[in-house]
Amino acid sequence: MTGRTSSLARAGFSLALALCVTLAIVAAAGAPPLTTLAVMLDGGLGSGQAVLRTLSALVPLLLCGAALCVTFAANLWNIGVEGQITLGAVCCVWFLRDLGLAGLVPPFLAVPGALAASMVGGAAWALLSGVLRTHGRVHEIFSGLGLNFVAMGVSLWLILGPWKRPGMASMSGTEPLPAALWLPALGGRPMSLWGLILAVAAFVLVAWVLNRTFFGLTLSAVRQNAMAAERLGLRPKRRMLAAMALGGALAGLAGGVLVAGLYHRLIPSISGNYGYTAIMAVLLASGSLRFLPLACLFFAVLTVGSIQLPLALSLDSSLAGVVQGVLVLTLFAARRLWPAGNTGSTGGTRNRGSAA
Amino acid sequence: MRRLMPLALAAVLTIVCAVAATAAEKPLTFGLLLVGPYNDKGYSQAQYEGGKYVEAQQPGTKMLYLDKVNPADRPGVTIPQLVDDLAAKGATLILAGSDDMKDGIREAAEAHPDLTFVHLSGDDALTGKAPKNLGNVFSKMEYAKMMAGFSAAMTTKTGKIGFLGPLINDETRRLANAAYLGARYAWETVRGQKPEALTFKVSWIGFWFNIPGVTSDPNQVAGSFYDQGYDVIISGIDTPEALTVAGARKKTGADVYALPYDFKLACQGAPDVCLGVPYFNWGPPLLTIAKAVAAGTYKPGFEWLAPDFAALNDPDKSPIGFTEGNALSPETKKALAQFIADIGSGKINLYAGPLQYQDGTTFVQAGSVATDKDIWFTPQLLRGMEGASASK
Repeated sequence: MTGRTSSLARAGFSLALALCVTLAIVAAAGAPPLTTLAVMLDGGLGSGQAVLRTLSALVPLLLCGAALCVTFAANLWNIGVEGQITLGAVCCVWFLRDLGLAGLVPPFLAVPGALAASMVGGAAWALLSGVLRTHGRVHEIFSGLGLNFVAMGVSLWLILGPWKRPGMASMSGTEPLPAALWLPALGGRPMSLWGLILAVAAFVLVAWVLNRTFFGLTLSAVRQNAMAAERLGLRPKRRMLAAMALGGALAGLAGGVLVAGLYHRLIPSISGNYGYTAIMAVLLASGSLRFLPLACLFFAVLTVGSIQLPLALSLDSSLAGVVQGVLVLTLFAARRLWPAGNTGSTGGTRNRGSAA
Repeated sequence: MRRLMPLALAAVLTIVCAVAATAAEKPLTFGLLLVGPYNDKGYSQAQYEGGKYVEAQQPGTKMLYLDKVNPADRPGVTIPQLVDDLAAKGATLILAGSDDMKDGIREAAEAHPDLTFVHLSGDDALTGKAPKNLGNVFSKMEYAKMMAGFSAAMTTKTGKIGFLGPLINDETRRLANAAYLGARYAWETVRGQKPEALTFKVSWIGFWFNIPGVTSDPNQVAGSFYDQGYDVIISGIDTPEALTVAGARKKTGADVYALPYDFKLACQGAPDVCLGVPYFNWGPPLLTIAKAVAAGTYKPGFEWLAPDFAALNDPDKSPIGFTEGNALSPETKKALAQFIADIGSGKINLYAGPLQYQDGTTFVQAGSVATDKDIWFTPQLLRGMEGASASK
């Protein structure tokens, strides 16, 4: 077989196996398997509105996925994406509230300024993890996880404390921002075209940086052998910090888009697990930028489509989580089970920077 | 791209096979948005069962529900989107179950002027923010909380009652206050004890349920109450930690009790330490709304429904109730029945002045009675209670 047919066959095999296992588990849970999947897919892609919603879920996933690809390229496990999204959202709300609303910034600059602020916030939060790694010898997984909790605490404190609504604190979040400070929407409420444009632009930028620049090459060197990179004078610590900052800025931007484009205020758990879901998407794409958009789309469809399970079938909506988990796990497993999958390279999956 | 092409193909195929949602012609279809899981044995389940009650009582009525409507469980999903979905499936009445949905449901109501919206909680209709098609309905849980406080004070041996509070806002303050008023009445008037011998302390965990690393751990807070000699805990949070901890302490020989919240059968977790549970009975109020909407006579407004004291635990009547727990002594049961009857007849009004807030300012003057509005917007805990009135 040529490489092309072989990888096609392998993909088909993986997908068929994943679908079979998922259907079996859905059936075992007492739900009609084919209808369940159909309802989920239909809910995610079945109408113009559904597609817009899926795209709107795709925006933060793609931004976070791109952020993760940057840090993975330097061999950093940036698990703190959730916290970076949250800090981005906090900075965005701060900018819009305290500068935009107060009239300290001209209206046409308020939203771009807020998005820039969100990038700074996310980058700063990621740099905390980065510095702990490079100068404190704290692994970024632990600091990232810890900082996620801290970020959530910060946002809850702001919502229930200093930024609470007049009269009462509410878990519905801070007072909504006026429409003048929103990202302009497109074709229905959920979607902001600008969010999608930003996400795609960020993705292209990351692909370009990782594949076409000297910086991308040095990250690759750092990933493959930090000590050698050090000896070559590539200053791996500085590269790692730069990767964290870039990743953090993208995750922060996701937070900013969630505020300016979707919720229009700060709400508790605004990061909505997009950070963790993006990790799954990046793993599903094996860190390859080429497959990342599709992997993100897959998760966006599942997230949006699962809402239909209780509505259309009166099924417990937790089933969507089960379907998602089982599909991903079997897809991972199936790639290894394919006879050819063990011997050859796993479809270029290690070439993280090999997009386009 | 190649790898996922089959996935896309499969997706298209499945969509083609998808069973089209058949919107049957039925008298009334209503949508219910629940903040938590429909089977949480707490706040959301109480609403879900209220919806089921409407379906059972009004044949032909159909409920569409979506649970876990909160940003943590459903990232990126907003209330207006869900309302679009429900409207597309034929719902003409939308019920939103939680205070958190305040902004979303207002936005959705403005976008769908032809549908009727009822926020089960909230006060937009009171504050004038609501559009014409949005009403607020809530039940006076305060009275059931008074019964909880009463049962606690009748039972405590140490004179120390703990209140496990969620986050701090008007609603949670006024419910804690109500529990205190019931407790104080039992302690001073029924038991004839000295006021200063009663300790009523509120500890806020910071949210409606435990979020590890963010809120205080309700298990720890409940345990620390018991460690400090508090022997009854009244829970104001949506999950049953207080009861669970009490049950575990009982097994080690401690003489402690707890009162959970929200759901009629909440005592089941640890019946032998449960003094009772103040619960929501959403069936009757939802049925009234559904009938009025179906008949075209519903007038959106701010409704704060009083309990039916004569039929408190009748599932067809009172919007709130108080389930007596197994651990309630026969004498306390008797005293509680009298207490309920006296509140119902108006013989007792615990909202009669003089009542002061924690900082000494007046809540109700001597000789007058708090209005609904005074009670609804509660800025502080009452004098005599320990605990924070506001988050710092």
